[in-house]
Amino acid sequence: MGTNRRKFLNSLLSIGSLGALSAIIYPIISYLIPPKIAEVKVNSLKVGPVAEFKNNSSKIVKFGRTPVILIRTVDGNFKALEATCTHLDCLVQYKNDTQQILCACHNGIYDLQGRNVSGPPPKPLNEYVVSTIDGEIRITSQDERS
Amino acid sequence: MKNKNITKIENWLDERFDLSPIRNLISHKKVPVHGHSIWYYMGGISLFLFMIQVFTGLLLLMYYIPGEDNAYESVQFIITKVDFGWLIRNLHSWAANLMVFFVFLHMFSVFFTNAFRKPRELTWVTGFVLLLLSMGFGFSGYLLPWNELAFFATKIGTDIVGVVPYFGDSLKIILRGGEDVTGATLSRFFGIHVAILPAIFTTLLAIHLIFVQRQGMSEPEEFEKLSEKEKKYIPFFPNFVLQDALLWIIVLIILLGLTVFFPWELGLKADALASAPIGIKPEWFFMFMFETLKLLPAHILFLEGELVGIFGFAVVGIIWMFIPFIKLSKKKELNSKIIRWVGLFSLIYIIVFTIIGYL
Repeated sequence: MGTNRRKFLNSLLSIGSLGALSAIIYPIISYLIPPKIAEVKVNSLKVGPVAEFKNNSSKIVKFGRTPVILIRTVDGNFKALEATCTHLDCLVQYKNDTQQILCACHNGIYDLQGRNVSGPPPKPLNEYVVSTIDGEIRITSQDERS
Repeated sequence: MKNKNITKIENWLDERFDLSPIRNLISHKKVPVHGHSIWYYMGGISLFLFMIQVFTGLLLLMYYIPGEDNAYESVQFIITKVDFGWLIRNLHSWAANLMVFFVFLHMFSVFFTNAFRKPRELTWVTGFVLLLLSMGFGFSGYLLPWNELAFFATKIGTDIVGVVPYFGDSLKIILRGGEDVTGATLSRFFGIHVAILPAIFTTLLAIHLIFVQRQGMSEPEEFEKLSEKEKKYIPFFPNFVLQDALLWIIVLIILLGLTVFFPWELGLKADALASAPIGIKPEWFFMFMFETLKLLPAHILFLEGELVGIFGFAVVGIIWMFIPFIKLSKKKELNSKIIRWVGLFSLIYIIVFTIIGYL
């Protein structure tokens, strides 16, 4: 009888402790996850006049929260790709000597279409649409176009 | 010949707190003398460097301001405007690197002299966790000057956490204080570096040191086999302590030399819209892992290369932590032989990949 009562009290105590523990841990973890800040959805971005960009050069711009690399190729065409390397989150750069895109962190290389050519990147870079309206370059996200 | 006043104070304390355990320790602790005695000093040097870290860290706190707009500028202020600011900052950076180096040396010397075997299993486990925490100190402290190199190193390091299945993304967001590495990350790393890690580290260090004092110095197997007559010892106090002190002074001189002649560059301020600079590298003690990730192909079978690499390191780390408990063979000698080879392989792997990383 005595042991049964003890067992019962012990399990009651354990359940109570577990409850108390989760009542402590849950708010802590929730506190540590930062609140989502509402962001303005960007569909297109004006980058500047065509004349500002030399052939065989690049610039990183912020498209909403996403960094996008705008490249003007040797023959004067524009190309916009997401600038975040698909490997480990570094920002890529345009190599004007090899005309490739390089991520310096782990030597990941992409071609100008954003395809991962060599090194550790597992996926290609997302592409953005570049259009020229009245001599000004505009970057649009792909889903906006479709 | 003790000073009368000191004896008085000692007696006063003794009547209230019973000093006999300390007195026993001081008078009875002895240190074996043999061919590998030099390795006994590595832990002490690590401890000394940790004390320097605490002290210089507190001094840096007087001027450092966390935050995206202030961190870089405040470190710049410390090294250019504050009297001896360059000295304190460089001491902190150099002692940090030396500390990790000596902790590694301490660990491998304990490993190869088999000092982790019974009854010192828990000393090994706490020691290994202290090594991991030291690396955590290095990683979190690296970001605090908010320069370009640190910014990308932190981006990579925290992105790696994201590959953990199920919790990875939440863990990454908790660590970064958001989706990206921003000022929020800096605040968190600052808190981790100056409050959370020191609290955990100091507690574990105390436990580690209590274990060491309770168990005494480990004697290598060859030394244990000697007859009582052939075993040579020196008293811990004052002989070993004085030798320790001499070594600490030598380390301090080396440290000051490094500080004065090879100051740490601050580099450029972090810019969230700049490409990762060529030649980016993590701190040297992460280099072997960094280099492994660089050399792994994008896909191994159906898994992403980085996932395989990171899980590989995690598994090896866990095995390494529990190595005193691992019994691969019933034969004791064969078991320690296998473990020795595993250790040798790990050491060579770390050295080779670190060197490749810098070539």
